[in-house]
Amino acid sequence: MSEETITLEVTRYRPGQDREPRAQAFNVPFRKDWVVLDALNHIKDRMDGTLSYRWSCRMGVCGSCGMMVNGVPKLTCAAFLRDYHPGPIRVEPLANFPVVRDLVIAMDDFMEKLRRVKPWIIREREKPVAEGEYLQTPAQLDLYKQFSMCINCMLCYAACPVYGLDPVFIGPAAIALGYRYNLDSRDEGYRLRQPILTEAVGVWDCTFVGECSVVCPKGVDPAAAIQRTKVASAKEWFMSMLLPWGGKQ
Amino acid sequence: MSSRKTSEPFWWGLFSVGGVVAAFLVPVHLFLHALAAPLGWIPASPARMQALVGHPLVKVYLFVLIALPLYHWAHRFRFILEDVGLHALRTPIAVLCYGSAVVGTVLTLWVLLSI
Amino acid sequence: MTTAPRAEQPGLYYPKLPATWWLRRPAYVRFMLRELSSVFIAIFLVVFLIQIYRLGQGPEAYAAFLGTLRSPGWIAFHVVALAFALYHSITWFNLTAVVQVVRFGERQVPPRLVAAANYVLWVVVSLAILLFVLRG
Repeated sequence: MSEETITLEVTRYRPGQDREPRAQAFNVPFRKDWVVLDALNHIKDRMDGTLSYRWSCRMGVCGSCGMMVNGVPKLTCAAFLRDYHPGPIRVEPLANFPVVRDLVIAMDDFMEKLRRVKPWIIREREKPVAEGEYLQTPAQLDLYKQFSMCINCMLCYAACPVYGLDPVFIGPAAIALGYRYNLDSRDEGYRLRQPILTEAVGVWDCTFVGECSVVCPKGVDPAAAIQRTKVASAKEWFMSMLLPWGGKQ
Repeated sequence: MSSRKTSEPFWWGLFSVGGVVAAFLVPVHLFLHALAAPLGWIPASPARMQALVGHPLVKVYLFVLIALPLYHWAHRFRFILEDVGLHALRTPIAVLCYGSAVVGTVLTLWVLLSI
Repeated sequence: MTTAPRAEQPGLYYPKLPATWWLRRPAYVRFMLRELSSVFIAIFLVVFLIQIYRLGQGPEAYAAFLGTLRSPGWIAFHVVALAFALYHSITWFNLTAVVQVVRFGERQVPPRLVAAANYVLWVVVSLAILLFVLRG
């Protein structure tokens, strides 16, 4: 009695030994409730312990397990084997990032960009605890809530051809998070953040391909955040040109 | 670089306005002047057309219709060239594209003022 | 401004995106077509400008130009250009609704409604122009 199997073609790359990545085929059990991550864990547990990849929560909230599944950036914990039946399924490291080993990519560039946009509440004066909490109405929360759902999974960077062609672009997630804080009523850091978002390598590199929003597993819609930042920036630019005495800095 | 930081919103703004003009106005005008008129589907006698175009408000309208979408083209074409790998040439590409749009604007002005 | 070459660490594999990246996925092809629509629109507008110029040169010049536009090559081009212009309009109205947030008091107008309003306005404006040119 043999169980049905499905083939995964998994990228292997050994730093210092391989000149470039290559695919290795594994036949894993085809279980209706399995996701690609389950298949990878099966490979690592039972077939080849040297396979390297990132994962953690296995339920779509940590953003660790992003990889390319048949050329599309996906969270492998959310990609069901049954949706790719009969296969084979190509599993590759997240696109547009340097490959460290097998399916593991170097995320230093993203981490630097994330820090650059200052994704935290900036206050001119911190309120002491004794003065109580920052109050926020549901309407004020609604303004930015969607953009706060980002789990930093970097699927949007893998989908973005602009970032792929030249990684100097700040990128969808970083801009969306900067935009999220600009919209937060508790934040007073717009004047610090907006110049960073509207640098040449910020929103202006984006050509609104829109694939970042398509692949986002949390519905953040970074493309909308980027275009809205462009609109705000263009309005401010024209106002400052037309009304130099009154334009907002 | 500060020059790029200050000018990008300007070109994007023009691209945006040009895009709006193109979206609302180009299809009907393309149909009318490049298909219906040559194929004789609409009355297009030179006298009638001349009368229509002679009005100053019509000239302003035609200037907006023709000149603004040129900036829409320039911006998109610039990024098409960058996106197919010519990223290193981004400065000369930008100069060529926006420069062409400016030349087009001047020519449009000249034609509309001279007829 | 030239981008500084990225410092590449030894051992890591740096994938390069080929110039044909946009052929890999249908979504990317549609994106490229949307961008290319601007080229067809620009060419039509230049042709239109020349048409106006010829109009200014007199009835014979204008009639001769219309004759050129009547050629199968130009008709075919303009049919294709019209298709691209329509593609631009449709993608533009759909995307504008996402980009420009319209608020009604505290609530956000749903993007579909904003897009629908744009389409209606487009039809109205086009009809108005048609009427003006035909009846003027």
